[in-house]
Amino acid sequence: MSESLGMLELARVFGWLHELLVDTGLGEPWVTIITYAVLAVVVFGVLAVLALFLVWWERKIAGHIQQRFGPMRNGWHGWYQTIMDGLKLLQKEDVIIATRDKPVFFWAPVICFVAAFLAYVVMPFGKDLIVADLNIGILYILAVTTFTVISLLMAGWASHNKYALLGGMRSAAQVVSYEVPMVVSILVIVLFVGSLSMQDIVTAQSGNIFNWFIFRVPFGPIAFATYIIAATAEANRTPFDIPEAEQELVAGFNIEYSGMKFAMFFLAEFINLFTVSAIAVTLFFGGWNGAILPSWLWFLLKTCGVVLLLMLFRWTYPRLRVDQLMRFSWKFLVPVTFANLIIGAIIKYAGWYW
Amino acid sequence: MSEYLAVLIFAVVGAAIVLFTFFLASLIRPKNPYPAKSVNYECAEEPIGPSWFQFNNRFYIFALIFVVFDVEVIFLFPWAVAFGQLGLFALIEMIIFIVILLFGLFYAWRKGVLTWV
Repeated sequence: MSESLGMLELARVFGWLHELLVDTGLGEPWVTIITYAVLAVVVFGVLAVLALFLVWWERKIAGHIQQRFGPMRNGWHGWYQTIMDGLKLLQKEDVIIATRDKPVFFWAPVICFVAAFLAYVVMPFGKDLIVADLNIGILYILAVTTFTVISLLMAGWASHNKYALLGGMRSAAQVVSYEVPMVVSILVIVLFVGSLSMQDIVTAQSGNIFNWFIFRVPFGPIAFATYIIAATAEANRTPFDIPEAEQELVAGFNIEYSGMKFAMFFLAEFINLFTVSAIAVTLFFGGWNGAILPSWLWFLLKTCGVVLLLMLFRWTYPRLRVDQLMRFSWKFLVPVTFANLIIGAIIKYAGWYW
Repeated sequence: MSEYLAVLIFAVVGAAIVLFTFFLASLIRPKNPYPAKSVNYECAEEPIGPSWFQFNNRFYIFALIFVVFDVEVIFLFPWAVAFGQLGLFALIEMIIFIVILLFGLFYAWRKGVLTWV
């Protein structure tokens, strides 16, 4: 069983933990279980810090685009503003709706967070930094992150609120519509790599910068464009944020949530933002490949670049109407992505690529 | 299989962290419910009727089309992974498969299903 842990790439980084556990004389399943549990807590810590940073960053960008400063009071340019916000939410009263659907209302934020968190089992943070390199990597991420839809529907239904129900239904329809173009644009990359494992996808782009899939014309840039549009919709972010349109639905599915339950939805939203950007980096920008700097730093820098792109989308584009949204997905994105898949297959068969 | 153990443990630990923060918050937050506060929010109006109302049945139609295409994509994944070894036959086969499904999309399009009223 110890070689099964050897397959675990992060065990090289956390080898000291493994040896410590073996020295205590525990049986084999427990050593693996405790190692993974510690890794889960570490990944959660990293994600929490990232989410706090992203919220602050988003507020600064929003502020500067709208010619104001954003948070300025707490620390240098308000850097610990989001930490204070988190502490405030921890102390807030949990306002309870008398007519809610009790168990569904309680479990919706938990499922929302767990669905966002599970994607990080196969996220390639760096050369050896991956919790478990599952051989179905990218398919697993798609399967797991779709659970978010169920939690949004649960939250919308259980709140017993007309705005919340409408927000939940809209978000389900939207995520479901943009799931198809997103998956098909990922399929083009899978076609050229010939593997679903995240590390295989990254190593397929190693070496020259022109090995990145974004530079492999014509299918690469098209797949990236369709992916980034669909991913923005999947993460429920602004050109496509009708589920939580503040001006018409007040806040959508999370309207009746307060305190820590609301904080979990908020945290999951920013983790999802980071997830879709990280997938874009893994698929199109060479993942952790890069010169001189350590691989995890490259991954982080590239992901922050894609996050910046999504944030600029959010603060510079107006919101779409619901009919435009559906029309755009089914009448434009789906045919384009399928045509791109067929073109990619022909190029792969004929060998017209490098 | 021990790699898939990671998925299970991540799910359990993730849920445990969330439940722990809920518990932590319940220790320090105030608790002061009264009838007016536990009415659902409708911009300060008294809510009229139940909120579990009938909604537009277009949501169901889009869900149905989605199921068709998602099952198709599940068939496409093994094809994409093994495409390097399969050659011309797989290419033509899959083009026919995709074209048949795109005909389905085109049919739904002409029937006006994709137009949100």
